[in-house]
Amino acid sequence: MQPHTLFWMLLGLAAYGYYLGRKRALTVSGGEIRRLHSLPDYYGYYVALWCALPALAILSLWLLLDDKIILRWVLAELPPAYRNLPPDRLSLTVNVIANLLAGERQANTVDPALAEAAEHYRHLKQLGYHALTVLVFACATAALTWAHRRISPTLRARNRVETVVRIALVASSVLAILTTIGIVLSVLFEALRFFEMVSPLEFFFGLHWSPQIAIRADQVGASGSFGFIPLLTGTLLITAIAMAVAAPLGLLSAIYLSEFAKRRTRAIVKPILEVLAGVPTVVYGFFAALVVAPWLRDLGARLGLSISSESALAAGLVMGIMIIPFVSSLTDDALTAVPRSLREGAYGLGATQAETITGVLLPAALPGIVSGLLLAVSRAIGETMIVVMAAGMAAKLTLNPLESVTTITVQIVALLVGDQEFDSPKTLAAFALGLTLFVVTLALNLVALHVIRKYREQYE
Amino acid sequence: MNTVITERHTTPDLETDDHRTVGDYTLAEPRFTCRHVNVFYGDKQALFDINLDIGQREVIALIGPSGCGKSTFLRCLNRMNDIIEGCRVEGDIRLDDQDIYAKEMDPVLLRARVGMVFQKPNPFPKSIYDNVAYGPRIHGLAANRTELDEIVETSLKRAGLWKEVKDRLDHPATGLSGGQQQRLCIARTIAVNPEVVLMDEPCSALDPIATATIEQLIDELRSRYTIVIVTHSMQQAARVSQRTAYFHMGRLIEVGETTEIFTNPRHPLTEDYITGRFG
Ligand SMILES: Nc1ncnc2c1ncn2[C@@H]1O[C@H](COP(=O)(O)OP(=O)(O)O)[C@@H](O)[C@H]1O
Ligand SMILES: [Mg+2]
Repeated sequence: MQPHTLFWMLLGLAAYGYYLGRKRALTVSGGEIRRLHSLPDYYGYYVALWCALPALAILSLWLLLDDKIILRWVLAELPPAYRNLPPDRLSLTVNVIANLLAGERQANTVDPALAEAAEHYRHLKQLGYHALTVLVFACATAALTWAHRRISPTLRARNRVETVVRIALVASSVLAILTTIGIVLSVLFEALRFFEMVSPLEFFFGLHWSPQIAIRADQVGASGSFGFIPLLTGTLLITAIAMAVAAPLGLLSAIYLSEFAKRRTRAIVKPILEVLAGVPTVVYGFFAALVVAPWLRDLGARLGLSISSESALAAGLVMGIMIIPFVSSLTDDALTAVPRSLREGAYGLGATQAETITGVLLPAALPGIVSGLLLAVSRAIGETMIVVMAAGMAAKLTLNPLESVTTITVQIVALLVGDQEFDSPKTLAAFALGLTLFVVTLALNLVALHVIRKYREQYE
Repeated sequence: MNTVITERHTTPDLETDDHRTVGDYTLAEPRFTCRHVNVFYGDKQALFDINLDIGQREVIALIGPSGCGKSTFLRCLNRMNDIIEGCRVEGDIRLDDQDIYAKEMDPVLLRARVGMVFQKPNPFPKSIYDNVAYGPRIHGLAANRTELDEIVETSLKRAGLWKEVKDRLDHPATGLSGGQQQRLCIARTIAVNPEVVLMDEPCSALDPIATATIEQLIDELRSRYTIVIVTHSMQQAARVSQRTAYFHMGRLIEVGETTEIFTNPRHPLTEDYITGRFG
């Protein structure tokens, strides 16, 4: 039987186990559920879990290992001419066998010994599935019968089931954490390899970024330069422009929504504002490139300024619009969460609405506002599409918003598109940039968390 | 005499009877005069034809079962109802013979003259000093820092909190105990030098010791301010007030000297309420 059929059969059996367990629990209770330690459902789950889990463990272990074991057997029986090959040649042979098995090569085009090996492999594999089927079903039925027998009114079925559930919960969160750690470590190690080729000093303090690596060592510009400062200034410049747009607009609209708007207006306006965050960034990108940038250029021409058609300003403005909801939504939530009693306290002292907002509500809502702003900043730093489309790819070291600049994320993309050697500094530079970006956003998040914790206790 | 006794055993139907407040609600030298006050929340009427004078430098207690409109009435006196959507106030309320609902009356200035202390202590999430200084600052009561320091100090002294906090004025006010927070709120209110202080169940969130401190404070404040206090504790009303007004279902049932109301209530509803709680 094929493993996936086996899997579904097993689930079916477990469902049947649930039914049996529940029924038996009702039988042993003599119709009085209160005599049971747990509700009948738990006895059902208890049997089902016993039926499914050990068998599933065998199944997955088998699937994990069978290819390797069978391959070793097959190779061991090859003629000595093949057996004694050096490892890299041997892997070629294995490839031939694999191709035969996948039907990508015909048996008559290769050495008959290999064709025979492939046939042998197929045979063993099939045999393995038969054995697996017998094993899994034997295990599942045995466990089912055993668990079913154990059911009695005193069996603490609920506690057992809950233990399993708890283990599953812990396992999921551990998996999530391990994945994160894995990603960080892999980025870290690749970045370290990069720093073996390019000194960190050059990377972090270099003023010139042009990662073009020659294909042949004797070409002109054989070693690119990896100064990261122009990317940093570009990122900061665009983020600053975006925040200059998003912070005031977001704050003011949040104040309007929470303090001035009627409930009906608010119910309509708030979702519309939040849609801004849901527009795909590529749409913002072409809006910036095709509408805002030309408009800025024309405006500049009329004012006697030369604004390049790809400018930090265009990208920053549009990005600012995009991140308004991060600011406005969190600020609005924070303002609405300020207790009514504080508002009344201020009004009761004769504060005007403006004085209440600036003197009491905004300070009280500060943690929420700061975290909104920082969220917006990290969103802006990580944004790629708008910059690619509207600010260009040129790594210029400038703080002039009218010129074209590039950012860290854009350069990561630029480094990785196209065919790459995986050990060239050019490719590895992407990991170094990624690591830097990660550290920066992590630091921002930590600051945000700290601010929130520090001020959260200030009002109930 | 006979009629009074029969009255005591039939609870009048307030929905249909045209109720007249028992007791004399007028005063010779009133600070507040309220006449024919009706309050509506949307379509629902919360107060019905309230007539009441509030005197100079007296403590008047508003009592009654919850939901009877005590807070609503209190909030009419400094126009706090203005900030509730859908709330409408009718009638004539005068402070020192000035119509407080007149067009030319600025509610912001009114609230500086009529301060308010709330049920739950609500200090701002600022330092102790800044809490007390908040009102004087927004009303420009101090020309410089020394004057502001003085206002803060006297207010805290009057609220009986100075000794406890004088070494930690820059600490967050939220770190104080509940009773201290409520006294801070009183200090914050009197720092703007109001004529009247409204208190809406100021002790209901406090323990008995803190309550006793606040009651003593109210007694001391009486020499400078008119105090209107809502309370659900009749013992408290008896201890701190000179006059008491009993509300029931949006009507002002009876008003009079506190000792009179508690020893010799004239309206059966008042008596039921008072004996119910005491007995
Ligand atoms: N903001 C409001 N909106 C609608 N109805 C209210 C509001 N505040 C109070 N009420 C109603 O007005 C009546 C009087 O309330 P309130 O003055 O708070 O009573 P008390 O302070 O005596 O307990 C109650 O029936 C209450 O339901
Ligand atoms: Mg109340």
